[in-house]
Amino acid sequence: MLTYYLGLSAILFSIGVAGVIVRRNAIIMFMCIELMLNAVNLSFIALSPYAGIEGQVFVFFVIAVAAAEAAVGLAIIIALFRHVESVDVRNFSLLRW
Amino acid sequence: MLTDILFFFFAGIAIFCGIMVVTRRNPVASALWLIGTFFALAAIYTLIGAFFIGVIQILVYAGAIMVLFLFVIMLLNLGNDYQPDLRSRAWMITAGGSGLVLLAILGRVFAADTTAPLGRLTGPEAVATQVAEYGAVGAIARPMYTDYMIVLQVTGLLLLVAVVGAVMLAKRRV
Repeated sequence: MLTYYLGLSAILFSIGVAGVIVRRNAIIMFMCIELMLNAVNLSFIALSPYAGIEGQVFVFFVIAVAAAEAAVGLAIIIALFRHVESVDVRNFSLLRW
Repeated sequence: MLTDILFFFFAGIAIFCGIMVVTRRNPVASALWLIGTFFALAAIYTLIGAFFIGVIQILVYAGAIMVLFLFVIMLLNLGNDYQPDLRSRAWMITAGGSGLVLLAILGRVFAADTTAPLGRLTGPEAVATQVAEYGAVGAIARPMYTDYMIVLQVTGLLLLVAVVGAVMLAKRRV
């Protein structure tokens, strides 16, 4: 069963990676990052019956950090939107080259 | 095995909703499909035996973080113009290829020896007895408030910094 849990985690992580690469909407890229965080959480939870309860403690911290990341990231997106009136990453080229 | 059937059912939902998140054009639809993924994952956590994390997943992820996403999407009024925001075909091939390569690597690592890098193994019974003795919340709270006290405090500090940073960034005039 553990293999299936980890396989699902790998599939979800790959979907998240593909989404970050293929989409241009900054908010959807951000959602794909949340999807990847969840895939890693699933790995932690699936391994916690074998490696100790600490896996679940770490997932708790990961969720707290994800909440902080969502708040700051969305604030950055709002600030960017105010400058360029768009969330398309093609328009965010200030630091590109 | 009812548990296995339920796991495959919820795994299918999670994968389907994940694919929909990536492919929907409307950000609001994407966010709602992502909430579906979170609910399916919460069900899987509960099946594995992590009851507290399952509840937290629904409360914090589906309840708080995704509502924040939906607030921002509606605040920015993004749902009206459906400009095609998928990248060109070369990027899609790159994305699919890198996703498949990553999947192959992860699958190889996981299938090789799923428990090798874990060090000491306690076995499923140890966690089950902990949960039976202290309850689903107590089993997590005991290590969190004893062994990981400093980490907990640093997490609180991080949340404070995030709140201050978010207010600073989103304010119109500083």
